[in-house]
Amino acid sequence: MVMLLGGCNLRVLDPQGTVGEQQRDLIILSIIFMLIIVLVVFILLTYFLVKYREREGHRGYDPDIDGSVKLEVVWTVVPIIIVTILSVPTVYTIFNIEEVPEANTEEEEPLVIHATSANWKWIFSYPEEDIETVNYINIPAERPVLFRLTSADSMASFWVPQLGGQRYNMAGMQTELYLQAGEEGTYYGRNANFTGEGFAEMRFDVNAIDETEFNEWVTDVQEEAPQLTQETYDQFMVPGHVEEYTFSGTHLEWVDHALDPEYALEARARQGYEPIHPHASEAPDDVPTWDIDVDTDVTERQESYIEENQESDSHHHHH
Amino acid sequence: MDPAWDEFIITGEPFILAGQIAILVTTIGIIFILTYFKKWKWLWNEWITTPDHRKIGIMYIIASLLMMIRAGVDAMMMRTQLAAPNMPFLGEAQHYNEIFTTHGTIMIIFVATPFLIGLMNVAVPLQIGARDVAFPFVNNLSFWTFFWGAMLFNISFVIGGAPDAGWSAYMPLASNDLSMGPGQNFYLLGLQISGIGTLATGINLVTTIIKMRAKGMTLMRMPMFTWTTLITSLIIIGSFPILTVALAMQTFDRLWDAAFFTLQDGGMPMMWVNLFWLWGHPEVYIVILPAFGIFSEIITTFARKRLFGYTSMVFAIAAISGLSFLVWVHHFFTMGAGPMVNSFFSISTMAIAVPTGVKIFNWLATLHRGRIRFNVPMVWALGFIPNFTIGGVTGVMLAMAAADYQYHNTYFLVSHFHYVLIAGTIFGCFAGTIYWWPKMFGVKLNERLGHWVFWLFMIGFNVTFFPQYFLGLDGMPRRIYTYFPEDGWFSLNFLSTVGAYMMGFAFVLLVYNMYYSYRYEKRETSGDAWGGRTLEWATSSAIPPHYNFAQIPEVKDQDAFWQMKQEGVDPNGVEEYQDVHMPNHSGNPFVMCVFMFIGGFGLVFHWWTIGIIGALGIFACMIQRSFSRDDGHIVSAEEVRKEEAEIREGQANENG
Repeated sequence: MVMLLGGCNLRVLDPQGTVGEQQRDLIILSIIFMLIIVLVVFILLTYFLVKYREREGHRGYDPDIDGSVKLEVVWTVVPIIIVTILSVPTVYTIFNIEEVPEANTEEEEPLVIHATSANWKWIFSYPEEDIETVNYINIPAERPVLFRLTSADSMASFWVPQLGGQRYNMAGMQTELYLQAGEEGTYYGRNANFTGEGFAEMRFDVNAIDETEFNEWVTDVQEEAPQLTQETYDQFMVPGHVEEYTFSGTHLEWVDHALDPEYALEARARQGYEPIHPHASEAPDDVPTWDIDVDTDVTERQESYIEENQESDSHHHHH
Repeated sequence: MDPAWDEFIITGEPFILAGQIAILVTTIGIIFILTYFKKWKWLWNEWITTPDHRKIGIMYIIASLLMMIRAGVDAMMMRTQLAAPNMPFLGEAQHYNEIFTTHGTIMIIFVATPFLIGLMNVAVPLQIGARDVAFPFVNNLSFWTFFWGAMLFNISFVIGGAPDAGWSAYMPLASNDLSMGPGQNFYLLGLQISGIGTLATGINLVTTIIKMRAKGMTLMRMPMFTWTTLITSLIIIGSFPILTVALAMQTFDRLWDAAFFTLQDGGMPMMWVNLFWLWGHPEVYIVILPAFGIFSEIITTFARKRLFGYTSMVFAIAAISGLSFLVWVHHFFTMGAGPMVNSFFSISTMAIAVPTGVKIFNWLATLHRGRIRFNVPMVWALGFIPNFTIGGVTGVMLAMAAADYQYHNTYFLVSHFHYVLIAGTIFGCFAGTIYWWPKMFGVKLNERLGHWVFWLFMIGFNVTFFPQYFLGLDGMPRRIYTYFPEDGWFSLNFLSTVGAYMMGFAFVLLVYNMYYSYRYEKRETSGDAWGGRTLEWATSSAIPPHYNFAQIPEVKDQDAFWQMKQEGVDPNGVEEYQDVHMPNHSGNPFVMCVFMFIGGFGLVFHWWTIGIIGALGIFACMIQRSFSRDDGHIVSAEEVRKEEAEIREGQANENG
């Protein structure tokens, strides 16, 4: 069974970093203990059912047995021992994954990334590098990453199964999660906590790349990516999907959702966004995918937005 | 709120249209049948207004089975949608979100809880040798609050739109900002109305068990199902007020712009999560402990042995009920409350495995040196042991917080709670229903069909849910309406859907068996259909007379009736009949609950006038009840003697 599990390449049991590895080890340990318990129960049940089923030549019937202190103590104490044995590595791992993961890298300080969920997209800010990405992240392989998690609106859960367990993103609060990728590669990341209509597609790629390559990418973005403005950023606050985006600058300059849970609702109001009753006849069938206008010329953008709104009634959102 | 017409009656959804037509046709059909056969009066006098615990229990069970059909169809639709990647079956996320929300809410609130309360109603007063519950009027009221609360919740899918924020209705997702429309209001008011009844039932049953036991039945001689009912009722009294308050707070947020859990004005969304699970975790023990009690009754009856370790069983359920209030944080380990908090709740959660393990081994030891008969109730009880064990050990795995970060919100969790809720609660409901069926209807369910139902359901259940452990470990989150081919989740999902259809078929066969057995099975002659051990089997007839016992039996043993049979005592050998005091019928609770429905419906749409009419109606009913003198009625000793003589005569004819 354990062999079977190991051979399946199930993402959680095939971790690619030190945090996920600790969790995998704990899971495998618990599976071994649990299999023993299951086996004992299954064997006893089968044996008793075969032996004491009503049949010709039935033997050993004793209707008046009503317990045995010795046996009952045994099956009280044995589970206590098992729970105690499992508690030790559990508590150890709980504390250990709150620490900076070990890594074979020159850069010992973890890379800090703010991961903000907004219905139904992921916004990543690299405050030290002063860059921002949407729906993907690049991280240097080996180097530990500290994710500071928050949400612009509904509660999401940041999860990259092959790198380690998840943690909630909550508006008005900040949680922290350390992860580390041991190998270069692209890992599947997602929101694991239900947030409404666009939840299923609320995914992102984690690209773990070589440290040098990462540094080059950062410089490129700082120099060439469009500057993130508040006007541009506010468009991300409207519910819907977006493609991947890259910006220089971060939204932390004007808002940290961990400190301001009302920002997203205000940004929607600023753009005249009105939610639509899900059963209204004008409600769209699918969650819309918006094009975010990253043009820095605000006047031009507003004009085209007004025009487009006059043109089409079916398109509920404003660019 | 002033909904447009197309937002009031839901249009444009083929499945919902089919539902609307089905509701219309069924309603017309029921009205026609009742009118044609002139059954309106019978329905009102014999059922709607009845204070009889057994009839109320039957109504609970029928209503729960109907709700199980509704939520089961939801489940089939979900499994069909997930059978393959990018499935177009339900069309869009919104529809799926509504369906999984109603599936979960209905299965917990309107199936598991009332189903078990129905079985308690049928069995507990008989088991303790009582003539009815302590407050029969309140019992009738409890049923109708549940029924009308369920109706209010259920009409949401055709009128106004179903709730879509999950059965746990996390804020701020469930707030007006992120879930507009009346859907979530249906959830809040439907649950609030039915919650009143559940709380009242808890109080009712505690009082009944504490005050109304037969002479000689000490606490430590109570049957195990009565024990679990007592402890469950205490958990209800401890936890349901939390739900009531939490629902009221969210209702204020949505209807009157309060800011308890909102994003704006300093609301605390995580406070909802805490309050919800402060009720929600005890709730899962509310629906599992009575099932434990049912299995104890059935295993002892069909192994024909005393329960092994009665005292440790009682202490185990008491320990579980205490711990059930100390583990709620394990539902959100990933909130990041800190390693100290998570360690505490990891260990308290794992500790529940200890009393539960004690119970499993006591049941196994009860089988040891028994003479086991494999009647249908018994195969369900025996199927419970291995399947529930799998659910239990995966529960221990989930309790380990560091590992839970990887299981949380995934199909691993979905599989775990279905293994405990189906193999525990649903197997228990089925087992109990089949076991007490002759007590309710005077006939056993067909055994051949019954074995087919069990095997199809049990295998289907494992085919559905076992693959989901692996889907979870492969990173498939719960509550997604679709996935992509490159996720690699197709084959296990497809298998899971095949299993779901097997379970659905088995359920249809179970319902068919109820009809088949009513038509064709042999009627029971005595009150003791299975060779029972407890007092409910000591009644003079298969279906107990409305006063239950002509003379309350005296209890000298844990297995009171078994002991009487051993010693040749006839519990119905009455020398001198006595007057019997019985409760009166009342239509007041039904009317009051219709007003609750009307008022709730008004509030859902912010129609204050209708809300006020509902409130005035409720108060009018309360005032009417407060000022009416109702001391019940006396069934004279002579009437009791006549009825008992008739029963004996009937039995003599059958046997002769």
